Amino acid sequence: MSFLSNLINGLSLGSVYAIIALGYTMVYGIAKMLNFAHGDVIMVGAYVAFTIVSTLGLNPIIAVVTAIVICTGLGMLIERVAYKPLRNAGSPLAVLITAIGVSYLLQNIALLIFGANTKIFQSVISVPVIKLFDGQITISGETSVTIVCCIVIMIALTLFVNKSKAGQAMLAVSEDKGAAQLMGINVNGTIALTFAIGSALAAVAGVLLCSSYPSLNAYTGSMPGIKAFVAAVFGGIGSIPGALIGGILLGIIEILAKAYISSQLSDAIVFAVLIIVLLVRPTGLLGKKITEKV
Amino acid sequence: MKKLTKVTSIVLATAMTVACLAGCGGNTSSADTFKIGGIGPITGGAAVYGQAVMNGAQIAVDEINAAGGINGHKIEYKFEDDEHDAEKSVNAYNSLMDWKMQILMGTVTSGPCIAVVDKTNADHVFQLTPSGTAPEAIAHDNAFRVCFSDPNQGTASAKYIGEHGLAKKVGIIYDSSDSYSSGITENFKNEAANQGIEVVSSEAFTADTKSDFSTHLQAAVDGGAELIFLPFYYSEASLVLTQAAQKDINVKFFGCDGLDGILALDGFDKSLAEGVMLLTPFSATSDDPQTKAFVDKYQEKYNEVPNQFAADAYDAIYIIKMAAEKANITPSMTNEEICNALMSAMTSIKYTGITGSDISWGADGEPNKAPIVVEIVNGEYSILK
Amino acid sequence: MSKFVDSIKSNKKLQSNLITFGMVIILYVICQSLAAAGILSNSMKGLLIQFCYYIIMAVSLNLTVGILGELSLGHAGFMCIGAYTYGIFAKVLSSGNLSRTAILLISLVLAAIIAAFFGFLIGIPVLRLKGDYLAIVTLAFGEIIKNVTGSLYIAKDSHGLHFSLNGTSDMVLDADNLVIIDGPKGITGLTSGVSFTLGTILVIITLIVVLNLINSRTGRAVMAIRDNRIAAEATGINVTKYKMLAFTISASLAGVAGVLYAGSLSTLTSTSKNFGYNMSIMILVYVVLGGIGSIRGSVIATVILVLLPEKLRFVNSYRMLIYAIVLIAMMILNWSPSARAWREKMINKIKSGKKVKEAK
Repeated sequence: MSFLSNLINGLSLGSVYAIIALGYTMVYGIAKMLNFAHGDVIMVGAYVAFTIVSTLGLNPIIAVVTAIVICTGLGMLIERVAYKPLRNAGSPLAVLITAIGVSYLLQNIALLIFGANTKIFQSVISVPVIKLFDGQITISGETSVTIVCCIVIMIALTLFVNKSKAGQAMLAVSEDKGAAQLMGINVNGTIALTFAIGSALAAVAGVLLCSSYPSLNAYTGSMPGIKAFVAAVFGGIGSIPGALIGGILLGIIEILAKAYISSQLSDAIVFAVLIIVLLVRPTGLLGKKITEKV
Repeated sequence: MKKLTKVTSIVLATAMTVACLAGCGGNTSSADTFKIGGIGPITGGAAVYGQAVMNGAQIAVDEINAAGGINGHKIEYKFEDDEHDAEKSVNAYNSLMDWKMQILMGTVTSGPCIAVVDKTNADHVFQLTPSGTAPEAIAHDNAFRVCFSDPNQGTASAKYIGEHGLAKKVGIIYDSSDSYSSGITENFKNEAANQGIEVVSSEAFTADTKSDFSTHLQAAVDGGAELIFLPFYYSEASLVLTQAAQKDINVKFFGCDGLDGILALDGFDKSLAEGVMLLTPFSATSDDPQTKAFVDKYQEKYNEVPNQFAADAYDAIYIIKMAAEKANITPSMTNEEICNALMSAMTSIKYTGITGSDISWGADGEPNKAPIVVEIVNGEYSILK
Repeated sequence: MSKFVDSIKSNKKLQSNLITFGMVIILYVICQSLAAAGILSNSMKGLLIQFCYYIIMAVSLNLTVGILGELSLGHAGFMCIGAYTYGIFAKVLSSGNLSRTAILLISLVLAAIIAAFFGFLIGIPVLRLKGDYLAIVTLAFGEIIKNVTGSLYIAKDSHGLHFSLNGTSDMVLDADNLVIIDGPKGITGLTSGVSFTLGTILVIITLIVVLNLINSRTGRAVMAIRDNRIAAEATGINVTKYKMLAFTISASLAGVAGVLYAGSLSTLTSTSKNFGYNMSIMILVYVVLGGIGSIRGSVIATVILVLLPEKLRFVNSYRMLIYAIVLIAMMILNWSPSARAWREKMINKIKSGKKVKEAK
């Protein structure tokens, strides 16, 4: 029974990783950059929602919508100011470093505005707890909502990418920027749109993350951000279903490692599993095989 | 062309370096103020502790200066950031020495403190750490502390639990990446054996995995724990309590001084902390007039309720004042003279402040004060005997 | 003599290398003489040794990132290995009669060998991967090293060494035991303060190793692999061997930097601040800002970026905020194609202005 409840705990942690990984993988697929600031956009989303719910006392739905709007704007602003000038810089590393700069910037702005003291985020979710086996196993409302959100977002994204014109443009840009431009696709617009979607997802992830794990400070987003990045790579970076699977597997492995092997070394174990998976499948679980051209 | 850019960059770099090297020398030192420096994290993950110390000490400095200073000399106070890192802490210390610091109130966290205490000892600078709990943090004769030490707290907690029969089976959750938390845990385990307490689970988390406590709680429940010991800080503890409530886990919780501040957390549901017991030297809701005055001033100036770190820092400045008055030091003395005078004064003073009364110090730098155990009842501390 | 000068003049690479060495030596002389004259501030004195180990880190990472062309996000892990090698070694031998210098020198060699060994071990799986997958695996290894060293307890008594993950109370020890690594509290009671001279010597050795490697046959093979792996393979270059070689050397040098790091502090802990991915990324920032593949650039960028946060202390709590802004601005000014074009235009203007003056 305790194994089953550990499994459920893993699912709950994994669903949070998955929802962050979905945003990560979107941006990576198009911009081919590791957006280290993604975790901090999550933190901004959570702070916006916190301010609206706890400080202003407004409805949680308003909070979620405002967080999405603000993060979308922020994501597009960051892309325009910090990433776009470096898109043709000759090395993908240049934009990676700028992303780190943006990450520091967001953290320190949040530190100055909201102070260093941790805020306790009030859950915006009021779904009842599900009890199984006479209450021996409980699934919190946050977990069920996060999992449902994950699946809805995954389906919506998959449909959007495969069926809509803008989605097809994204695929084309991720495949070959130059050729896409030749076909009349607005490459800059498409990349901006991707950042907008990725950041909107980050806002949702921020609210869900802090609803499940309610402590919020300026550094809340950075570790989940890295973990979600690992999850995205695990599932095959750039693959939307891969992000979901990767996230959930990562959460379960982390919890089981903590419960049955060693609680101090759970991170080391998670990373070791990642290494083994990548050795067996060098592009992640669902990643596309890259064929090298000469 | 390319070469020119390179040459300019080299010239610029050299110019900048030389400018910096020379620029740091200048200093204004007036002979009639005491220069007290402080070091702690004011950015980064541990910023909350450093900022509390910075602010708490500032209030004490302002009060003392308004009242005429120490022996008629005003205090100049400067606080430097160390990001909770030993290397940065030594950098901060060096830059305070350039400012001609005479007394160090710091550092806030144990790890960096261990690195800095070596430097202050070599330079003969008197050091009083408000909150560095590790035994090694005051390894040298010139260093003293305000708070309890790790061994002190771990042993005291186990003793209290054993002597009052609170529980026979105890689960522990601790932060294995933090020396404060693992230090207390180790001493707790040692003393628990003497008290006949069985430690049924001892589960760790790290700075990187401090959001999910479900497995830790599960392990304690599976082991049949009646009480869970939480030797870490309040922001993580709030998560433990929330998750325990979500899982309908009904056991007692017992914490150390790091738990103090949990009631002042923005947005925290105080009912979750009902019945939690903790060891703390300071209570922001106390009726003591001195504490009240401090809490009011702090709230007015910084718009939040001070935690124990702020209180320790506030006391630290007053302890320095008391020792300085006893030793009759003046700002014109050298650092070594000040250090020696304060060292001997420290062991003969008895200080009463907001984190304890009649505190005295041994030559090893450890404070002698009785830990107070409080229980949270109706969202407030009530002192247990 | 004139022949020697001519040979320097005709050899562009040698010239450029000599400038790099000259720069380091001149900086060393300036700093030492300022220190001797007593003008050097305490904070600068403290930073000198930091320059040294960060330069070694940046130059060695540049070998992996710039010359081998693989993104590594776990370089700090090798530094951690070097640092703990020194820490353990110094602690175990502290009761013996070896002098501190001897301990330092032996640890330097040991650290270089052990870090190289780990670099080799990690290189086997890592170098089979490509691009960002490789980057994430190096990050993973770095985090594993940090995580394990941070939760390890080692103690010594008459029965030899004892290891544990749960604390010293779990070990059965003699009364006269010596705790070497105390879990998260790490190693305490080390003697701090390695000399700037030793640091500079190590920087110069690092530069010699790396620059010689780049200009050698091996280096050219490594760069050929970076530019086009398949073509390199087709010309008969043993890709795995050269990749491993570059990666191992890079790791080994990072181990040396770790000894300097540990030797400059009296305590050694393994936290995400000093050996986590944050530090690896910080070093990567030095490399990228200085110019990928440019060794001299790494040296200059390291000095500037180590100095910057210290010089920003006067703005207190805005320090890291301003640092972040400066970092973004520097990256855009240095790397964006339009900013580069503008810079070239300005330089051309100045140049042509000078020429006009000369003509008059």
